[in-house]
Amino acid sequence: MSETLLRADGLHTYYGASHVLRGVDFEVAKGETIGLMGRNGMGKTTLIRSMLGLVRPRQGRVSVRGEDMTDAPPHSIARRGIAYVPEGRGIFPNLSVRENLVMAARPGVDGRRDWDFERVVATFPRLGERLGHGGGQLSGGEQQMLTIGRALMTNPDLLILDEATEGLAPLIAREIWSIIKTIRASGIATVIVDKNYGAVMSLANRCVVLVKGRVVFSGSAAELSSNPEVMHRYLSL
Amino acid sequence: MQQSTRALTLTLAAAALLLLAFPFAESKFYTQLLSKIMIMAIFAMSLDLLVGYTGLISLGHAAFFGLAGYAVALMTPQYEAPDLWTSLPAAVGLCAAFALVTGFLVLRTSGVYFIMVTLAFAQMLFFLFHDTKLGGGSDGIYIYIKPEIRLGETSLLNLDDARHFYYFVWIMMIAVYGFLRTVLRSTFGHALLGIKTNEHRMRALGFATFRYKLAAYVLSGALAGLAGYLAALQFGFVNPEILSWHQSGAVLMMVILGGMGTLFGPVIGAFAFVLLQEMFSNQAVLGAFAKHWQLLMGAAVILVALYLPGGLAGLLARPGRKKAIEADDG
Repeated sequence: MSETLLRADGLHTYYGASHVLRGVDFEVAKGETIGLMGRNGMGKTTLIRSMLGLVRPRQGRVSVRGEDMTDAPPHSIARRGIAYVPEGRGIFPNLSVRENLVMAARPGVDGRRDWDFERVVATFPRLGERLGHGGGQLSGGEQQMLTIGRALMTNPDLLILDEATEGLAPLIAREIWSIIKTIRASGIATVIVDKNYGAVMSLANRCVVLVKGRVVFSGSAAELSSNPEVMHRYLSL
Repeated sequence: MQQSTRALTLTLAAAALLLLAFPFAESKFYTQLLSKIMIMAIFAMSLDLLVGYTGLISLGHAAFFGLAGYAVALMTPQYEAPDLWTSLPAAVGLCAAFALVTGFLVLRTSGVYFIMVTLAFAQMLFFLFHDTKLGGGSDGIYIYIKPEIRLGETSLLNLDDARHFYYFVWIMMIAVYGFLRTVLRSTFGHALLGIKTNEHRMRALGFATFRYKLAAYVLSGALAGLAGYLAALQFGFVNPEILSWHQSGAVLMMVILGGMGTLFGPVIGAFAFVLLQEMFSNQAVLGAFAKHWQLLMGAAVILVALYLPGGLAGLLARPGRKKAIEADDG
């Protein structure tokens, strides 16, 4: 078994009185691609935010490479090689494309500098054409590319993509998927949340299905497709 | 983009050079008035680092301004001049230290609470000097003799001379502008802009945002201290008024009037604010109505707020960077 990067044990998270996560165990190994699935409101984003320290779980443990990070501030979790591409993007509109990228540059946990400005621009030629533009002037797809590019500038070991293709034109979405494939091939572990289950299942080593704050399924895409009950009841496929 | 920013740079450089020539033509009164304005410009630029670039609206910036003024006044022996080489770093350093300590507390708050807590700290200092004998109470302290730098027999810099003082302040203002521009162009500066937009996002990116904000707060406080130091030397006295919330409000007004987040905007704001104040309160211009100058001042501020949301700087370039970045499109 390869090294565990990120691990959550028995997470319980509340938003006020509502109990969103009800004891979730979750694990990402080095280089692994995980499809995190489930209908809206089942706790996918909350799980991600709880693991990143952006929301405090009331119970349970979060660890990065075996080191307990349950109460760590978000920036120190990020510094341990976990990059997050949030839903609804997250560019800085008052900075140019170049500034958005360069700002985030730093070596990875083991000092790797695989991803630098040149490589990101080569991966996203569209961004290369718009380096001087303000982040707020990009199209939705370009903003998404910028957010992914910026995450790569931190040389992460794990990239978490929350609804990366939501609201994008099919052609742009396809471009994003092919970029995700490239990133996956470069050895970076990924957690993908996306409505396009087909695309997720074709990439994922493992699929995890969340229902009402609990994990109801965890297994390969093949196992998931051969489980009509989960597919139909929980994913409406 | 190239053209519009270059035009702006040229305009600013021309204005700076014009200021350099000013004392040769005009009277001592205006030389002193412009010195005062340039000091306020340094003060306003220091506040812009917080308000315009980091998104922290402070209503207690006079604390640093006044603290540095009191520092130099208290360090000055009664019948001698303060030593420029020790008193300037000491006053600025004291402000930086004060910002570091208070920053740890005030930066735990944000938004309207940040405004209240910064105001509270400034008021504490105000009453400390107002109600105790520490700094001469409400009468303040005088600085009778100004520093002078001599080389042998010749005087290189005599701050008692209005022109010498003017050029000293001019150099300081240009240096502060250049320094802040460099800081803002660095990753640190971009991180501050990121924090202004969305602090959570910056933390998710791995930035320890508290440290960045604290550094900005300390830097801003130190530069405000530089302005306060110069002001104390120019006027030759300090009293609790330089720590009052009116002072904090006035500098915030200069930043907003000039255009926050542009750095040169607050400089323009300082000029506009002080010159308008002079004009509206001048009986030769407005006769008996001059005693109601605050009415006109308020109206001017309202007009700018209504019609120039980017401040006066918006007349030169639409809201700062956005315009520059937009123009790149074409």
